Amino acid sequence: MRFGHLVTLLIVVALVGFGLTFLQSRPLKPVDPPRRQSFDDAQVRRGATLAAIGDCASCHTAPNGPAYAGGVALETPFGVIHGTNITPDPDTGIGRWSFAAFERAMREGTDQAGNRLYPAFPYNHFAKLTDDDLKALYAFVMTRQPVRAQTPENRLRFPYSIRGLVTFWNWLYLDDKPFKPDPRQSDEWSRGAYLVEALAHCGACHTPRTKWGGENSKARFDGGDAEGWWAPPLNGSTPALEPWDAERLTAYLRSWDDRHGGAVGPMAAVTANLAKAPDADVKAIAVYIASHFGQPDVGKKVRLEVLLSRPEPDLGDDAGLARGRDVFKGVCAQCHETGAQVPFTVQNLAQHTSLFAPTPDNVLRVALHGIRTPAGGFGPIMPGFAGSLTPQQLGDLARYLRARFTDLPPWPDPTAAARRLMNQPEGPAPAPAVAPKAWATAQ
Amino acid sequence: MVELKVNGAVRQVDAAPETPLLYVLREDLQLNGAKFGCGLGQCGACTVAIDGAPAFSCLLPVGLLAGREITTVEGLGSPDKPGPLQQAFIDEQAAQCGYCIAGMVMRAHTLLARNPSPTDDEILEHMSPNLCRCGAHMRIVAAIRRASSRKEASRSQRGAL
Ligand code: FES
Ligand code: FES
Repeated sequence: MRFGHLVTLLIVVALVGFGLTFLQSRPLKPVDPPRRQSFDDAQVRRGATLAAIGDCASCHTAPNGPAYAGGVALETPFGVIHGTNITPDPDTGIGRWSFAAFERAMREGTDQAGNRLYPAFPYNHFAKLTDDDLKALYAFVMTRQPVRAQTPENRLRFPYSIRGLVTFWNWLYLDDKPFKPDPRQSDEWSRGAYLVEALAHCGACHTPRTKWGGENSKARFDGGDAEGWWAPPLNGSTPALEPWDAERLTAYLRSWDDRHGGAVGPMAAVTANLAKAPDADVKAIAVYIASHFGQPDVGKKVRLEVLLSRPEPDLGDDAGLARGRDVFKGVCAQCHETGAQVPFTVQNLAQHTSLFAPTPDNVLRVALHGIRTPAGGFGPIMPGFAGSLTPQQLGDLARYLRARFTDLPPWPDPTAAARRLMNQPEGPAPAPAVAPKAWATAQ
Repeated sequence: MVELKVNGAVRQVDAAPETPLLYVLREDLQLNGAKFGCGLGQCGACTVAIDGAPAFSCLLPVGLLAGREITTVEGLGSPDKPGPLQQAFIDEQAAQCGYCIAGMVMRAHTLLARNPSPTDDEILEHMSPNLCRCGAHMRIVAAIRRASSRKEASRSQRGAL
């Protein structure tokens, strides 16, 4: 008996000891915050471009908050998690992180103290960055204005609140093999692949996640979720009909494409950043993504032609659809039925991906809160109707839009969705300002 | 016949249900405060309050407004007896041509009703859909600040954004 106790005790001690070594990593030595002069200007500038393509600010800069000082709350299926302060403040930011610590965080998702970071931080992508790009990113963040700002506590449900468990996630989902270009593809495609997979982490939203929150590698780019918005598929599985090619994607990613429209919701920040990124990089991203969409599908082409040329469908005696039509005619048609005469409207709403979405949420969010352009910027402005239309009217409108502009089955209960979304905060950022030049050339 | 509740009174109007509220206000009810600027929801000159929320009356057919409480700038006071927010606009001389002002007052009214002491950032954020082509913005913001219950709201602070 006593011997049995001893064995149990030894096993427990061994497990705890083992646990501490593998659920955590060793802390790395703090350094004095590196001085501005220790970084090369060109490297800092390159880092700025990379940070824009990687969209670091969306999670690390709070709305109207100081740049990169963290505090953005992200809703995840496991609870609320906050973007951290990545300014070089020595106490609340990463001022005391050596390059080795930064690299370990980016490649392995482990902070300087040795704690696991949560994979809402997409280190599974950043693991594939080149050493040079990591150094440039380090130079960029370490030369930002240090801001003293304690990152708020995460509110994760048990057991997800135990950081060490991320170790198991890493076994499943962290692939830290360096990026390898595909020799059969063009240099431009490979550059795009690198930017998308290692830096821009498009899959983080556009690939569905498994139960454990990993990107489902069997369904790459099949569409996912971005802070409650539907992130549409980036491949042939998209339900939308208007085809994408590299040229249209480039226009969209930088500002606005006259066949598809522009980004809204969390994607707006992405395109606002890409608008400032080098042309060649944005084009490379577009070439790579376009290759996943593949050649335009003939069946879809025919369906789109039918939709674009068909007169208004017969609504039968469906009173809800008739009410929806009245809302559309009275509220929306002034801009949306002008054949793209009003700036930043498409020819026909059948060209918008969101009407083909599995739920009415994206469409309703735009109808509720509109589209804004930052003050002084040039870009789309659409008023929101949260205060002026009732959930019933919005639901009827969504039903009508779906029936009129798509050939897909109706959404289940748009009125309930409108009611639910109406009570939610407005959510992210205004749409990006469009460079007037880009707009002029797109016309 | 459409029935509308405007500034607390029920009004019968002989208008087709698809008529924009703005037209009915101006042409049938002689409430000429709200202005037509763009007709596309882009300028805010036509702003009124619907159940306490700001709305572009140029884009709202009267047929959709059954049972809703509509407030226009005339509902806040009259030239002889201006309401506190209108008085603040007068005190700050917050207008040049005045075309945008009824819309500005109404949008500001919906903000102050829900948040009596907004910060400058909140004011700017809330007012951003409304345009003023004359550039009276600083005075407009000063007027809203004056009408708010913020302690430091005063004329001396005008423009100190
Ligand atoms: S007239 Fe209504 S917003 Fe311009
Ligand atoms: S005062 Fe003239 S438009 Fe504002």
